[in-house]
Amino acid sequence: MSNAHLLDHAARLRDDLPADFQEGIVESIYSDAAAISSSTVSRDSQRARLTADRLLDRALTHRVWGFAVMGVLFFAVFWFTIAGAAGPSGLLYTLLVEGGHAWLRDGFVALGSPGWLTGIVIDGAYLATAWVIAVMLPPMAIFFPLFTLLEDFGYLPRVAFNLDRLFSAAGAHGKQSLSMMMGYGCNAAGVTATRIIDSRRERLIAIITNNFSICNGRWPTLILMGTIFIGALAPPALGSVVAAGSVVAVAVVGVLTTLLVSWGLSKTVLRGQTSTYSLELPPYRPPQLWRTLHTSLIDRTLFVLRRAILMAAPAGVVIWLLSNITVDASSIAAHVVDALDPLGLALGLNGIILLAYIVAIPANEIIIPTILMLTMTLGSNLFGAQDGVMLELGSAHTETVLIQAGGWTLLTAINLMLFSLLHNPCSTTILTIWNETKSLKWTTVATLLPLTLAFAVTFLTATTARLAGWI
Amino acid sequence: MPGPELPTAPDAGPAHGACTSCAIYNSANLRKLGVETGTYDYVAAVAGNPNTGKSTVFNALTGLRQHVGNWPGKTVARAEGGFHYHGHGYKLVDLPGTYSLLSTSNDEEIARDFLLFGRPDVTIAVVDATRLERNLNLVLQILQITDRVVVALNLMDESERHGITIDVRHLARELGVPVTPMAARKGQGVPELLESVEQVARGTVATRAHRVKHRDPRLERAVDVLAGQLQQTFPGLPSTRWVALRLLEGDPGTEQAVRDGTLGDLGRGIAGPEATSARPTGTAAR
Repeated sequence: MSNAHLLDHAARLRDDLPADFQEGIVESIYSDAAAISSSTVSRDSQRARLTADRLLDRALTHRVWGFAVMGVLFFAVFWFTIAGAAGPSGLLYTLLVEGGHAWLRDGFVALGSPGWLTGIVIDGAYLATAWVIAVMLPPMAIFFPLFTLLEDFGYLPRVAFNLDRLFSAAGAHGKQSLSMMMGYGCNAAGVTATRIIDSRRERLIAIITNNFSICNGRWPTLILMGTIFIGALAPPALGSVVAAGSVVAVAVVGVLTTLLVSWGLSKTVLRGQTSTYSLELPPYRPPQLWRTLHTSLIDRTLFVLRRAILMAAPAGVVIWLLSNITVDASSIAAHVVDALDPLGLALGLNGIILLAYIVAIPANEIIIPTILMLTMTLGSNLFGAQDGVMLELGSAHTETVLIQAGGWTLLTAINLMLFSLLHNPCSTTILTIWNETKSLKWTTVATLLPLTLAFAVTFLTATTARLAGWI
Repeated sequence: MPGPELPTAPDAGPAHGACTSCAIYNSANLRKLGVETGTYDYVAAVAGNPNTGKSTVFNALTGLRQHVGNWPGKTVARAEGGFHYHGHGYKLVDLPGTYSLLSTSNDEEIARDFLLFGRPDVTIAVVDATRLERNLNLVLQILQITDRVVVALNLMDESERHGITIDVRHLARELGVPVTPMAARKGQGVPELLESVEQVARGTVATRAHRVKHRDPRLERAVDVLAGQLQQTFPGLPSTRWVALRLLEGDPGTEQAVRDGTLGDLGRGIAGPEATSARPTGTAAR
């Protein structure tokens, strides 16, 4: 069916119209809206000035104070999370990992379950799941409600406003600060959120750099590393403060990386004009405490936990199989770790961490449990620690597991934090990037650029530390 | 009549007190279906500027807990849910917040295409009462596409605090569609909204959407001529004037719909490309 004559006719009519007729259309809409509004709205001029909002905005979006408040608020959120999560995490560890694991294992053995079944179900699936819960649940149950309260209050758009200047200086769209904020929950959501950016060039920049927003799955890794390695450097009273500071520092490095990579892309492969736009600052609203607690606990915490558990159980099975199927006198995992070790050590990490990152491509959430399980099963062989005692250690001794069995140093922890921040997005995010761009080229760039960066940066820090004689 | 005394939604508290005899208070009438839309009789869309509380209204009606953020641009994709009211099933579609339907950014296109091709039986235009003038720009554009609209005048509690009074009845008269004052966060105004949604969806209330008159007589004439031709080519096509304007502007999406005839499907009451393919045929024809 051809209706081309309609289009021709429209084109002819268009030629008869003044060149700026489109503005006329918008103008008529606006003037009608203004007329209706002025005839229906009346203002009580005495109450019209809501000064509290204005004053607050002046402080929170101030050139200097805005950033100071931002730093203090995020620092406080992490400090609460770290200080509050330690106790419950230890308790869950004692209950689920130590108590529950031994109890279930004894039960399975008593029922006459063959060794491979006990291994897969209890030492694999159950242990990984229990670990994910113990490591992740407490920090998430504190972090998400706090973050959601800030969001409900209307603070996030102010952060976006503060960062806007930096983003336009980097040649990116100011709205990228909003998709970056979404990325702090989940990178897949952050990538979808880039739809608010009209220009394809700027949208691609936002998609590629969204990975440097630390997602749900990666916060626990950073918090744990910060707590047991960096917090431990300080006197006990200041431990959680220093730990929170280290997590904030990594997040700041993430923002700087976002800006730097955006700048690099906009100066090279994604050159073009910077769009202007207007960002609306919503009014401050008193957060609804109970509803916020409810939705962030049920929807975010349990949702993320569920995803982590769904991923952890199969990953636990994979880890158990890798560590227990023997080829040429040692397990598959040992072979892979041996092969990856030179690369891992050059990056200031080790083979186990790299293998864990391969197992955890579907979900970053399970990195720490995977590393711990691999270290416990392989670490003793690789580093000559005593066999079999590691399962009995409490969560306070996770550090001991990693240092004694894994041969970890401060450099390993710092580089793991950097690697966690920079490395490739998880498989869900990669799939989302493909769906949003429908471009193999840009999906590949968005996957490999962060990975390359992660290798480069960790190699640099490791080499520097070695040359300087710190390790 | 700004509303400190806005009634509370059925689910916001136990249904006791004087009003239980009133139809709209009968909490049994609203059955929240979550994402289970099942078969439904009517399609309702939720549209509006960013950060006016669209998702809050959506959640209040469906019982879902779509994450609601206090910042513009939170919903970029379409969310769907359902509810049952007075024995009729409704599918509710939460559209991304937009300032206009004129430009071609991704989120605006999603909203516009759904209003045009999805042909919802009723569109709930959620409006921020504290920023009425700017919000009306979008409402007026929606009214060019469809007159099956209910305006949800949300955030009445905030506008009250700002000392803003809105003559709701006058606004409804000017716009030619029902206007419901609400404070969706507190569940206020939900029963009235449901009532209006039902009336518009079932056509039991007459709406006469405000038409924007164009200042330039040449433009008016061109729109008239083209709209007439569209009417002939695609009999039954709603919003011919709006489509004519888009063609005059040379909007690629609309030109494509004319070229491949998808526009004609609208006139025949057949579901649009993606929006309503699962729609029961009985309610599609009107």
